Amino acid sequence: MSNETNRRDFLGYTFAAVAAVGGASALVGMKQAWDPLPSVLAGGFTTVELSGIKAGEPIVVTWRGKPIFILKKTEDMEDNKRDLVVGNDRFTVAIGLCTHLGCIPAWKKTKWKCACHGGEFNPSAENIFGPPPRPLDLPPFSIKGTQIVLGEEGPEYKKIATAMMA
Amino acid sequence: MAKITKANSVGEWLDQRLNTTKFNKVMMTEYWIPKDINFLWAMGVLLATTFTILIISGIFLLMYYKPDVNLAFDSVNYTIMQEVAYGWLFRHMHGVAASVVFLIIYIHMFTGIYYGSYKQGREMIWISGMLLFVTFSAEGFSGYMLPWGQMSYWAAMVITNLFGGVPFIGDALVVWIRGDFNVADATLTRFFMLHVFLLPIVIMLLIGFHFYTLRIPHVNNQTSEDIDYDAEAEKYLSGNKKESKVIPFWPIFISKDLAVLGIFLIFYFYLVFFHYNFAMDPVNFDPANNMSTPAHIYPEWYFLWSYEVLRGFFFDVGPLKAFDIGLAAFGFANVIFLLLPWLDRDTKILPAHKRPAFFVWFWILMADLIVLTIWGKLPPTGANAWVGFFAATLFILLFIFLPVVTKIDAKKRGE
Ligand code: FES
Repeated sequence: MSNETNRRDFLGYTFAAVAAVGGASALVGMKQAWDPLPSVLAGGFTTVELSGIKAGEPIVVTWRGKPIFILKKTEDMEDNKRDLVVGNDRFTVAIGLCTHLGCIPAWKKTKWKCACHGGEFNPSAENIFGPPPRPLDLPPFSIKGTQIVLGEEGPEYKKIATAMMA
Repeated sequence: MAKITKANSVGEWLDQRLNTTKFNKVMMTEYWIPKDINFLWAMGVLLATTFTILIISGIFLLMYYKPDVNLAFDSVNYTIMQEVAYGWLFRHMHGVAASVVFLIIYIHMFTGIYYGSYKQGREMIWISGMLLFVTFSAEGFSGYMLPWGQMSYWAAMVITNLFGGVPFIGDALVVWIRGDFNVADATLTRFFMLHVFLLPIVIMLLIGFHFYTLRIPHVNNQTSEDIDYDAEAEKYLSGNKKESKVIPFWPIFISKDLAVLGIFLIFYFYLVFFHYNFAMDPVNFDPANNMSTPAHIYPEWYFLWSYEVLRGFFFDVGPLKAFDIGLAAFGFANVIFLLLPWLDRDTKILPAHKRPAFFVWFWILMADLIVLTIWGKLPPTGANAWVGFFAATLFILLFIFLPVVTKIDAKKRGE
C-alpha cells in the first residue's frame, strides 16, 4: 500500500468480495424459497386395489395431484416390457400426463389420444403418433398382494424401470 | 445550492426547487417531432394509456381477488362479478385491455418494421421495445392463470411444461417453477406475485428506458428522412414554423395523438360494454380441474402464431424428436425479432414501399403470421397439421433469407 489509490483499490476489492459472497448466498436462498415445500414433498402415497379392475377399461387415480392410468390388458393386447404382471393379469401403469406438454390423454377404445396436439399412445403407453417424444412416464410403485402402492419403489418397479431403460 | 429567492407563485416556487421550466421544455414543449408522421405513430400514446387502464382496473380487482386455489375462482366469478359495485366493469376493462394491448403492440411493432425504425442508430429503441413485448407476454400469461378456471389451469400446465425441454435440468426446473409436482397453490401464489408486483415494476422501468432510447436518435418518419433536429428546431423557434420540418410534442403534436386516442377509446369501450366476451374463453368459467383436460386447448389470440410454430413440427426428422424441433422453432420465433436490426443488411433506412424485395418480404410475413394465428386455433389434425407445418417452416425461412432479401434492394439501388 504505497499510496492513496492502492488503499482505495483494496477497499474496493474487499467490498467486491463481501458482496459476491453475500449475493451468491442470497441467490441460493431465493432459489430454495421457490422449491416445493416439505409438506408437498411428503405428499404421499396412493393405494389402489387391482383385482376389481375390468380388462380394457383403464382407471384413473390421483397421486401427487397427477392422474395415474392403470389399464388391465385384454387378451389381444400385445405383451410389452413394461407390463406389470400380477397373478395372471397384465397391467399398464403410467402417469397420465402427455409427455409432450402435459395434457391428460383420453382413452378412446384402443388407445389414449391427447386432444391438445394430437398425440397418441398405445395400450402399453408407448407414443405412436404426434409430438409426444417418449412413452408415458412410469410412476414409482410397489406391489402388496393385489394392491399397488404409488410413491415407493418396490422390486417390481425396479425391474420394469430397468427393462424400459434397455 | 441553487439560488433560492422568494417566489411570487406556486409555479415559481416549484421551478426554483425542481427546475420545472427546463423539465417541461425537454420533455414536452421542445421535444421535437417530425411533421411527416401518420396515425400509426400514435400507438405509443395508446399503449401508455392502455397500460394505465390496466394498472387502475387491476388495483380495483386486486382488492377483492384471493390468491388461493380454493377461493380464487369464486373471488373472481362471484365476489367481483356479482357483489362488488362495478366489479364486472373493472374485470371487463382489465380483460379487454389485456387483449387489446397486444393488438396495439403488434401494430406498433410492424409499423417499426415497415418504416425501418429499428435500423442504424435506433437499435436500442427496438431492443427495449422487444424486451417490453416479452415482459408483457409474461405479464399476460401470469394474469391469465389467476381466475383459476380450466383454461387458466391448463395454460399454466402447458407453459410451465415447456421448460421441461431445457436440456438436462428440464424436469427439475419445471418442479422448481411450479413449487409443486403439479400446477398447484404454490404456483398460483407465485404467479400472483409476478403479475401484480414484479412484472409491472419491470414493465414500468422498461417503458421509461424505451422513452429514453427514443430521445437520442429521435423518432423516424414516413419517408425515413434524416432530419437535422437542431437546425429544424432553430427554424421553428425563430418563428419559421412553416418551413421547419419539426413541431413540438406539446401542445402541437399531442393533439394528433389525442385524436387517435379518442377513436381508440371509443372502440375499446365498445368492446368492454358490448363484446367483452371475446377476451373471456367460455372454458374458463369451469373451475380448474387437474384431472380432466378440456377437449381442445389453445392460448389467447395474441400467442396463437408462436403456439402454431411450436406445434407445427409434428413428426420426427431422423434422430430429432418432433418435440425438440417444435421447441427449438418456438425459441427461434421468440428471439428472432430481437435480431432484426442485424438481419436487415440494407445500408439505408427506407420505408418498405421504397425497398421492393423487402416490401414483398414484409407482406408475406404478415400473411404468414395471420395464417399461423388462424390455424393456431384449429385442432391440429389432418390437413390442418400440414398447413401449420408449412406456415411454421415459411416463418423460419423468411428470417433466414432476410439478409439476402435486404441486400438485393441495396444492390438494385446501386449501392
Ligand atoms: S400435450 Fe399431448 S400432444 Fe401436446
